[in-house]
This record gives sequence, C-alpha cells and structure tokens, in this order.
Amino acid sequence: MANMSLTKNPMPAQEPEIRCKNFLEVALGYSEETAIDEAKRCLSCKNKPCVAGCPVGIDIPGFIEKVADGEFEEAYEILSASTCLPAVCGRVCPQESQCEGKCVRGIKGESVAIGRLERFVADYHSAHSKEETKKPQPNGHRVAVIGSGPAGLSCAGTLAKKGYAVTIFEAFHVAGGVLVYGIPEFRLPKAIVQREIDELIRLGVKVETNMVIGKVLSIDELFEDGFEAVFIGSGAGLPRFMNIPGENLKGVYSANEFLTRINLMKAYKENATTPIKENHKVAVVGGGNVAMDAARCAKRLGAEEVYIVYRRGEEELPARLEEIHHAKEEGIIFKLLTNPIEILPDENNFVGGIKCVEMELGEPDESGRRRPQVKADSEFTIDVDCVIMSIGTSPNPLIKSTTEGLETESWGGIIADEATGLTSRKRVYAGGDAVTGAATVILAMGAGKSAAEAIDKDIMG
Amino acid sequence: MYEIVNKICLNPTVTRMDILAPLVAKKAEPGQFIILRVDDEGERIPLTVADYDRDAGTVTIIFQIVGATTEALNRKEKGDFIADFVGPLGKKTHTDGLKKVAVVGGGVGCAIAYPVAKKLHEIGCEVHSIIGFRNKDLVILEEEFKNASTLLKVMTDDGSHGEKGLVTDALEALIKDGNQYDEVIVIGPLIMMKFVSLLTKKYDIKTVVSMNPIMIDGTGMCGGCRVTVGGKMKFACIDGPEFDGHEVDFDDAMERASMYKDFERRAHDAECNLFKGVQNNG
Repeated sequence: MANMSLTKNPMPAQEPEIRCKNFLEVALGYSEETAIDEAKRCLSCKNKPCVAGCPVGIDIPGFIEKVADGEFEEAYEILSASTCLPAVCGRVCPQESQCEGKCVRGIKGESVAIGRLERFVADYHSAHSKEETKKPQPNGHRVAVIGSGPAGLSCAGTLAKKGYAVTIFEAFHVAGGVLVYGIPEFRLPKAIVQREIDELIRLGVKVETNMVIGKVLSIDELFEDGFEAVFIGSGAGLPRFMNIPGENLKGVYSANEFLTRINLMKAYKENATTPIKENHKVAVVGGGNVAMDAARCAKRLGAEEVYIVYRRGEEELPARLEEIHHAKEEGIIFKLLTNPIEILPDENNFVGGIKCVEMELGEPDESGRRRPQVKADSEFTIDVDCVIMSIGTSPNPLIKSTTEGLETESWGGIIADEATGLTSRKRVYAGGDAVTGAATVILAMGAGKSAAEAIDKDIMG
Repeated sequence: MYEIVNKICLNPTVTRMDILAPLVAKKAEPGQFIILRVDDEGERIPLTVADYDRDAGTVTIIFQIVGATTEALNRKEKGDFIADFVGPLGKKTHTDGLKKVAVVGGGVGCAIAYPVAKKLHEIGCEVHSIIGFRNKDLVILEEEFKNASTLLKVMTDDGSHGEKGLVTDALEALIKDGNQYDEVIVIGPLIMMKFVSLLTKKYDIKTVVSMNPIMIDGTGMCGGCRVTVGGKMKFACIDGPEFDGHEVDFDDAMERASMYKDFERRAHDAECNLFKGVQNNG
C-alpha cells in the first residue's frame, strides 16, 4: 500500500544551535523504518521521469522498491550498477533540480526523498556488508587517471572493474579532490570519501599523491612510461576574484583557500599547524553551494555574524535547497540583490568593511536568469573583518600549458567529445569540471564513467 | 615519505637539507619551488629549490627557522623522513641569451639566488654576485657564490664581514663603474627587493624578483599567493614565482605577508616550549 503522505519523511539532523559549533555531520540519516516508510511514497509510475533527471540514469524506482521491501542489499546492487559513489551523491547531489525535480509526487506535495534513500542504502551497505572485494582478472593494460575527485574516482573504478591496471595521480597529499578539500566534513564526512578510495585500492587501483601532472610528469611522459590511455579529471580549481579594490587586503580569502585551510588542513582543530584568521563578522560573496559551505564553516569557527552577499534574488540562488535551508537555520544572514563594489581596509590594512550596492532584476540574460542591475544611489557598507570570494572557479591551466596539442576553450575548459570525453589528443580523455567548468559531483562522476567505457573500447578495439 | 640524506647547519638559524626525491630532482630548475609537509599533521610550506643533483636524485632546500613548521623540520636529522615533498612548481628562471647579469641575494634568499648564479655561470654568462647579510655570523654560501661568479661582493649591515653597507650600495657602485647588465636578478626580503628594483628602475635595467608569498597548494588553487604585478592580480605559484621587479607592488606584498605574523609567533613559541618540555622530561 503506497504511503500517500504529501511530505517527505523529515531528515533527522543535529539541532542548529548545537551543530553551528561543531564540524560533525548535520544530517543524521534515515532509520530502516523511516527509509521503508519513505520508499512506500514512490508510486512506481510507468514513465519514471526521475530516471531521466538522473545524470547517470540510476534505476530509481527499482532501488526504491527494494528499500520498500526491506531488501537493502539488493537496493544497493541496483544503485551500484549505475553509480560508484552513492554515499557521496546521496549527500551532495542537487536532487531538487534532478531526479526529485521530476518526481510526480512533487506535482502535489513533496517529491519522494530519493537522495535521502540513496544515502540510506549506501550507508546501510557499508555498515553491514561483509563481502570481500573481488579483485578482477587483470587484462594487462595500463591507464593513467589525473586527479582523484569524483571524475577520476569513477573513471578509475569503472576501468579497474574491467581488469585495467589503473594509477591515479593526485596533486595534493591526500586523494579525494574537491570531496576532501572543498566539501566540509559536516556535509560529507571524510571517512566516507576514504571508504570509497579504500574500495578502489582493494580493486587494485594505485593512488600516487604529490604528483602534479604537468610539472612532475607530463602527459607525454605518462605514455612513454607505458600507459595506454590518460584520463584528465583535474577539476576547476582556479579561483576567480571580482577585480574590485581591496581584494588583496588581509582577511580576503578565495573560498578555495578558506575551505582548504579548514577541510584539508583542519585549521579548525586546536593545535592545527595551518593558520586561519579569527573572524567576527564575515561576508561570503556568492550564492552557490561553495558559498554556503564557506559561510557555515565561518560560523562554526566562531564568527558572530556571517552574511551571504549575492547579486541576484532568492530564487536564483544556485545552491542546493537543503544547504540554503540549513544555512538559514544556522543564522546565516542573506543579503540578496546586493553586489560588492569595494572592500574597505581598517587601520592595519585588514578588512574593515565591504561596500555594496543594491540590485534589481531586469530582463533575462543569456543564462536565462534575470540580469541584475544596479539601483541608483543605493550604496551602503556592511561592517565585516573577513571577506570570502565564492564567485566560481576556472579549470587549472597547468596541464593545458604543458601538453602539446591539447585544445581548450578560451576560458580554459578542455575540449572533449560529449559522449566519450575524447580530447584533441589521441588516447587522452577528459571529464568533469576540467571540461565543463565548475559543475556537480554527479556530472563529473558520469563523465568519468563514460570516458572509462570509451577508453575500454579504444584499447580493446 | 622522503628521506633526508644530508643535513648541514649553515648558521644558527639557517639549515640546508638534501631530500631524496628523484622525480623532483629530474625536472627541477633554478627559480622553481617545492611544497613540503614535515609530518601527517603538518602544514604545507613552499620553499624555493636551492640546488639539485639529478644523478643522486636529491633536491636541496635551505630554510630559515622562523615558525613552528621550520622548527619541526629542523629537528629532523639525516636519515629521517618527511611526509610530503612535491614539485618542481612554478616557472624556471629565464636565462636564455643573457650575457652579463648581476645576481643580488639577501639573507636566506641567497639560497635561492645561488642556483640562479650557478646556472648562469654554467651557460657562460658573466655573473656579478652581491650577497648581503646582517652580520658575519649569518653569512651563507660564500664559497659557492665565489665559484659561480666572475665577481663577488659580500655586504654586511655592520661591516663585520666583507664590506659595510647594503646590497643597493654595492650594486649602484658597480653600475656607476660602467658595468652594463642585461638583467638584475634579486632574491631576498621584500623590502630589499623593493629598493633594488627602485634603484634599477632609475638606471632602466630589467630586474627580476622572486616572490615567496603565503601559499597552500602551489598549483593555482587557493589564490593565497596573489601578488599585484603591473596593476593586475597574479598567482605566484603558476604565473611566477619570478616577476618583473619594476611592476611588482611590494607594499601590497609586504602587507599580505604579515597576515599570520601573530599566529606564527605563537605557534613557534608553543613548538619551542613543547620541545623544551620533551627535553626536560626525556
């Protein structure tokens, strides 16, 4: 019997006033009973619009049916046929604009909580599964994967399962890419990322850290070394700034720097060796997930007032609904339709304030969103001692500048075939943010996977 | 893990280490830098390559003990290991076509200036080196510079070794003597690089400086290392670390470099006290 409740089962979470002082995971996950109850909200409709909304085409009604029947391991098998990072995607996918956005239950009431169910199944599996990883029969072919973020991990995993000897080259001292340096612990515990990486290692994947490809080794040298194909999943790591006066003041961070200090280098821990400035009033410029992450990290580090400064309106905020909701619960102040024009110094050349103008929305621009315009005579200053720029990132230029014949767009994205990821260089594939510019974990994962299939065809003929 | 195969104290606060890192040694060039972490809890710090031996697979670093991390690094001995050592990062020093160059080093910056002088010397360039220190106890690499230079001037602030005066005094004297340099390469404290650049601007001599700002990843990701060059924002890790000294906004760079001074001092004191505690208990 279907559960006809119009609302999702709420996600148990740490109370806002407690969680805004710690870095532990905010959302606690469904119990078995709740998961079954939520799964019964799925009508198993014929058209399956949710599947069309999933970038990797997971059989969503299929796995949900298994959850409804209490067959959680079977549900996991259905998930893992399409995704290699369900514990991650269940937590960080923008479901409301993908699968859940298409769910027929959403027409009247709330959609089925597909993301929460995906997370439940993945967590159930890792808590209960005793299955030993079966190392596949080696096929004698070697592939190099550059970058250990979602694109690289899924490419490596897919190839390893086919028997390829895969080496992942990671520039940082730990693997995981944006899942480790970017997304905070309270949204995606690092132990979950590590679990996925450990699983790849059990499959026989080699992970070499401290390997900045383009510097330590070039792509040509990887081929000389005997790799038969290369997948570039180096992400979009280069932070953008606004080019307004005052951006070099002490206390202005890129979101990348701020988050890396906290997530990767654990600057929030007592006795941390990596410093981070003590801030009281923080302005985060931008409205995406990264901006929400930075704002909520700033709050957890003890800032009394944290602002999101975003030039468009509430509806245009690109962040996941859940992150906006959580941020508001935690007391983050949203200054919408507001655009910074200058960062002001205090007497010691630290940040003293941020001068902004009010905006209003005009006609839609080429992105389809209404173009923000400056309101006349609307200048005002917010009193802050820290500014975090979270207005996007571009692909890293290191590989492009050291790989002859690798064609890129003028903004730095590597040009690659949409279906296969093949670049302008033979046997060199690319996917994820390095190709698309900053996008989502699931799209990167999907690109890594389809490139792996194409590499397999390319090598096996 | 990367083995420390050699360690020499150059003066009471400056240490030289040779690190076994064959892949880094294979590619390293003067002007480039590495990033290291001492142990699994450590921060990432950038250090410019001081020398390399491609056959032995070693890279030399020379560092001044200024904070908790360099303190911890200095406690490692020959045969010990450090957790991470990545590089070579940044762009190499441009040396092509140079016939006569003044290489100016200040303090521990001489460690970075030395491989540049050596490389220029090897390609047959006439090298005038000017190295400056506060006093004779802090002088490093004098012999090495002597062997890599056509002419060497050692300057100390107090005159306890070499000539008394600043590197700018020596450089201006050489210029006035009629030496025509294709380029001046200057590596040292920001304030020194600023004044050398002001001097050479007066004589219209192309000047290259090496920036060593706050940095985390070294691959263009954090933007912490941004410097203003010719009014534009540049990232030292991928656009540099060397820039046109006449274009760099040194005042801006000096402000940014002071961001974590208090933290550094506290962390350094804590590290020293901790170590004292260990010594007393041990």
